[in-house]
Amino acid sequence: MPVITYREALNQAMREEMRRDPSVFLMGEDVGVYQGAFKVSQGLLEEFGPKRVIDTPISEGGFTGVGIGAAMVGLRPVIEMMTFNFALVAIDQIVNHAAKILYMSGGQYSVPMVIRGPGGPAHQLAAQHSQSMESYFYHVPGLKVVRPGTPKDAKGLLKSAIRDNDPVIFIESELLYGTKGEVPEGEYTIPIGVAEVKREGRDVTIVAYSKMLLLALEVAEDLEKEGISAEVADPRTLRLLDTSTIVESVKKTNRAVVIESGAGFAGIGSEIATIISEQAFDYLDAPVERVTGANAPMPYAKNLERAKVPDKARVIAAVKKVLAVS
Amino acid sequence: MKKLEQKELIDLLRQMVLIRRFEEKCAEMYALGKIGGFLHLYIGQEAVAVGAISVLRPDDYVIAGYREHGHALAKGSSPGKVMAELFGRADGLCKGKGGSMHLFDKARNFLGGHAIVAGQIPIGTGAAFASKHRGTDQVTLCFFGDGAVNQGVFHEALNLAALWRLPILFICENNRYGMGTSVERATSITKLYKRADAYGMPGEAVNGMDVLAVRERVGLAVELARRENTPSFIEAETYRYRGHSMADPGTYRTKEEVEEQKRHDPISLFRDQLMAGGVLGESDWKPLEDEVRQIVEEAVRYADASPEPPLEWLYTDVYISEH
Repeated sequence: MPVITYREALNQAMREEMRRDPSVFLMGEDVGVYQGAFKVSQGLLEEFGPKRVIDTPISEGGFTGVGIGAAMVGLRPVIEMMTFNFALVAIDQIVNHAAKILYMSGGQYSVPMVIRGPGGPAHQLAAQHSQSMESYFYHVPGLKVVRPGTPKDAKGLLKSAIRDNDPVIFIESELLYGTKGEVPEGEYTIPIGVAEVKREGRDVTIVAYSKMLLLALEVAEDLEKEGISAEVADPRTLRLLDTSTIVESVKKTNRAVVIESGAGFAGIGSEIATIISEQAFDYLDAPVERVTGANAPMPYAKNLERAKVPDKARVIAAVKKVLAVS
Repeated sequence: MKKLEQKELIDLLRQMVLIRRFEEKCAEMYALGKIGGFLHLYIGQEAVAVGAISVLRPDDYVIAGYREHGHALAKGSSPGKVMAELFGRADGLCKGKGGSMHLFDKARNFLGGHAIVAGQIPIGTGAAFASKHRGTDQVTLCFFGDGAVNQGVFHEALNLAALWRLPILFICENNRYGMGTSVERATSITKLYKRADAYGMPGEAVNGMDVLAVRERVGLAVELARRENTPSFIEAETYRYRGHSMADPGTYRTKEEVEEQKRHDPISLFRDQLMAGGVLGESDWKPLEDEVRQIVEEAVRYADASPEPPLEWLYTDVYISEH
């Protein structure tokens, strides 16, 4: 299998879907002439022209709404948020309109659109450019929320998202764009709403996605040397969460640690811990542990930033806690 | 624009009367507890929706805010289905899930009632974007109130429409109050059509109490949009007789002001105009009113006869596909 970057995988997904379906178009800030702030849309303007790769003014609420209207009448917009932090400017359009139009119209109007861009902690981008945005969206019925962690998942899930008839929030990561991985040759998609066990193990289930998935896999390698066998489950989709893959894994290992980079309060870790306690309580040998970002805005200073985000030592400590080993 | 035939003129009058009587009936049904939630009546503003939408083709798009019963009816939605929606019934336009503020009618390209002030403006711009993108010559009419012009997305959408030359008309129904706050207390430039200048877009005011004036002004702008992809901004000067919603005590304006405005009633003015011109005979008025009253009564019967939505519908239409 070819090895490509996460960035190239996303680029291929958009390129293939735009070739496949003329109703797909890409719109956002600097996606065309500039080739994308993070070069995810590199070369698309050249291939598809300015009618389908559309540079916008800095106007997130406006062009997100344009995407919604275009989707209602049959086009398939891919709206790029230069970073997902800027989606807060458009959150009324996303939450009050995109997510609810199908429901409010009694099923008459669907909104087949993708809103994509990087989110989560990055390097020293400070409080307004470095936050885990998924929690603002996975609370909302009507939205699907996807957070892929590998190039293979990024490509397969973005292709599914573009073909999906519902609004999909697709959050990438600045820290993943340059990471590499194997991607199948030729056409493939990965369904939204299906988790994947990324590493099999016996003693504990670590649930993690996006950049935290890579952390979990590293931790699992380290623990192996100490004789601890960790399974790593990647939800990949956070709304339309595949609970059964997670629950089945926990039934096997009897212990769970959930990692998330966002502030922990009312985070996805709370939700997953609740689901595990509802559906696998009798299988648990220890309470579910959460490793989350600190309950503080993202600081700029390197040392504070490191302290804000979950790291190896904290995940290892959490695993050892649920295993009651030191 | 072509001159209207007698039948078409009378039809404009009939549509305005239908909206008026429909809305009066809604107030009655609200008092009876058959309609709940927020109910924003269009009484006084009928000439705007009727005049503007009368120039459209059926495949043109209309989008509006939450005071949109009149726009839906003018676009051709069934009064029975609209009333059933207001009653929260299964046969409502949106299966009872939308309510007064969220009427949608896909068969008539009515893109909905949206209840976050100005929220519909970029969405309407998106429909116009799609028409241009696909090379159809459909036009979008985007209606909103004077309260919407100070929201961010209003400005964003006007900029995008002008920048990309999209076939859309932004029709601001200036009824002088955003809920209880008058235009003078809310907006630095009270001639709202001047906002268009900032975006290099044609902008004009029209007497929103005169259905033919609205029709003519909108007709010209629609042609401009259809032929040349030129967006326009039209400020229709109008007035709502009722409160902002049914819960409005109306303390922000005087009774005298409301009575004075009613002297410019769009329906009476147009009826008298048609009578003076010999288009409508004295004896034609009562049958027209009776016909409309019957339609409204039938709408209430239809809504009353419709069942409540089944409980399973709570979870339908959340997603098209869950896998």
